[in-house]
Amino acid sequence: MNVRKTDIGCPDYKQFLPPMILKNYGQWDWHEVIKPGVFVHQAESGDRLYTVRVGSPRLLNVKSLRFFTDVADKYCDGFLRFTSRSNVEFMTPVFENIDPMIAMLQSEGWPVGGTANSASNVIHTQGWVHCHTSATDASGLVKCVMDDLYDDFTNHSLPGRMKLAVACCLNMCGAVHASDIAILGIHRRPPKVDPHNLANYCEVPTTIAACPTGAIRADILDGQKTLKINESQCMYCGACYTACPKLPIADSVNDGLSIWVGGKCANARSTPRFTKMVVPFIPNNPPRWPEVVEAVRTIVDVYKAHGKPWERLADMIDRIGWARFFKLTGFEFTKYHIDDYKLATKSYNASTHLRF
Amino acid sequence: MSNQAHSSSETPLLDELLKGRWPSFVKEMKEMADTKPMVRDVLRQLEKSYVDKKTHWKHGGIVGVKGYGGGIIGRYSDSPDEFPGAAHFHTVRVNQPAGWFYSSQALRDLCDIFEKYGSGLTNMHGSTGDIILLGTTTDELEPIFSALTEKGWDLGGSGSALRTPSCCVGPARCEWAMFDCLDLCHDITHHYQDEIHRPAFPYKFKIKVSGCPNDCVSAIARADFSVIGTWKDHIQVNQAAMQEYVAKGRNPIKDAVLLCPTKAIDWDGKEIKIDNENCVRCMQCINAYPKALKPGKERGATILIGAKAPIVQGALFSSVLVPFMELEKPYDDLKELLEKLWDVWDDHGENKERIGELVERMGKGEFLERIGIKPDIQMVIHPRENPYVFYDEYYEEVDEK
Repeated sequence: MNVRKTDIGCPDYKQFLPPMILKNYGQWDWHEVIKPGVFVHQAESGDRLYTVRVGSPRLLNVKSLRFFTDVADKYCDGFLRFTSRSNVEFMTPVFENIDPMIAMLQSEGWPVGGTANSASNVIHTQGWVHCHTSATDASGLVKCVMDDLYDDFTNHSLPGRMKLAVACCLNMCGAVHASDIAILGIHRRPPKVDPHNLANYCEVPTTIAACPTGAIRADILDGQKTLKINESQCMYCGACYTACPKLPIADSVNDGLSIWVGGKCANARSTPRFTKMVVPFIPNNPPRWPEVVEAVRTIVDVYKAHGKPWERLADMIDRIGWARFFKLTGFEFTKYHIDDYKLATKSYNASTHLRF
Repeated sequence: MSNQAHSSSETPLLDELLKGRWPSFVKEMKEMADTKPMVRDVLRQLEKSYVDKKTHWKHGGIVGVKGYGGGIIGRYSDSPDEFPGAAHFHTVRVNQPAGWFYSSQALRDLCDIFEKYGSGLTNMHGSTGDIILLGTTTDELEPIFSALTEKGWDLGGSGSALRTPSCCVGPARCEWAMFDCLDLCHDITHHYQDEIHRPAFPYKFKIKVSGCPNDCVSAIARADFSVIGTWKDHIQVNQAAMQEYVAKGRNPIKDAVLLCPTKAIDWDGKEIKIDNENCVRCMQCINAYPKALKPGKERGATILIGAKAPIVQGALFSSVLVPFMELEKPYDDLKELLEKLWDVWDDHGENKERIGELVERMGKGEFLERIGIKPDIQMVIHPRENPYVFYDEYYEEVDEK
């Protein structure tokens, strides 16, 4: 144990900054998007740094990463960075490097884009690739949606920025609760209690406390401690399964997705806000999830047709109202759309402001 | 790929995802499957999930490295006989450098380590910010850890601990960074190594650092403790630069005046005028005209707390705790505040209760009193609408004499 290194923390970022960034750190003057995927930052010194942004599936193998390092070595003084949306950025002080660099990246299938009013990369989660509580697959959904939105990634084709997210269950790892369009994996049946030896696998009080609606009670079966679920009170969130492996909830037939819109994090114009549900359920339909792709496309098309410059989807809906948004998208409005949790009445329309 | 035909027949549904223009994660996996039997079995298991429409990972999994209580997410196949290579498929979270900058040499070192000891698959990056090394076995965890620390990398956080802090690109490449986000992120990460590696909290705690209210790491939605840059004085206006924009056809009425949430900006055809007292620093006009409009010079950050996803009591955004704090190294005020929050949360937080839920349960007023911060009108959108007030002060009859 003597030679074991611990608590060394992350490496110092300064050693990974390109020379021009080190020189002009904290002294940038302005920036401009030159074309989709490419922008320039000018420092107070007059230095200019060009950035090329590339879309990535986030799940990357070492071969792809090594290819990125080759691009960085050839054009970017041996440095690169990743963005908070899992895109890759290549930075160069040499304007003439931009086009050959883009050609090198595109020759291996990497798309250039994701800037300004484009649909940028989808924040997403592990899905069936690595997670035990997933109600859908994240990587597959993202691939299908982005194949369809490809031209909106590589062009500035939208009224404003569009941020998408996928979460494979309502733990909502990532940004589903605050994105313009979000796809959320959901269950529709209560967990099945496996009472055999339950108390040896699960902490009973922790599991009871995990339930947002108080649907779980302690129970005794054949003299052994176990749990009982009041099924009429359960809305299938799966939080109890996270706490207790004896409550499996995954269900091939009833698991699927819901679609949410109108969230944002930035403070520009309007305050940050949560996404709201617009499609309560679409069945899982791998490998191409055509119904999901179609619903996302419908939303994007309505946004393109009716959004004003700079408006995020949330801003557009503020302006036109939810009634008109549902009319324009053709989504059916059902009882499932009406909130019935805690502060639900805050979302009721207590006015005569109506759009017919 | 020498065994292309063979592996295609094993995963017909996933093969559909090799088609299309967006880069394919299936291609990333297949390329490793050629040399890694582990990845081939994980792909076959994923194919089975696509057929069955459900996950084939077993619940949970507790693995790690000596001396740490977190950093590794254990994962086991629920069908190890059918997919022996997927029997163990643990994830290693490696603490990313601030701002996700890399040298190609550092990235190659990571690739070499993970090709040797694991699947060769990564996520760049996990949502919290970590480098995700996706898939290895229990036996390889200590060797990976040694190889990583040898090259200067440490694990990130998991469990009921301080999770890996992350930040936006900040002053490295943005003219709107109101303080040194990368330095703050790096400093906090190193200062609180123990809190990251050895879970000691009621539940997880995340810190995210954004240089301005555009909030490019979504701190307000995705961190219990959200540090968002802002300024106190006047927006700096360059009228000549604004006129250049107009000469090139831009329209400040459409891009700024009509979009200003407080109608604090005006354009009379010649000059921009800003009522800075009424400006809420939303960034719209600055976003639209970066050469002409710049944030003020008196800079710092707003500290907000409590964001979380829905489980258990509903999703929360962070809300204002400190309207303005100057952020200078060594960030003593910020650290003092953090530690005070953790003390109160340790004392009063229930098992698996995020700090946002504690504030909700305890009441923000009471919480403020316990951490020693004065109430401020900027902490609320509006004062309360109901009369259900818990008063601390009242008169006894004897006082009235």
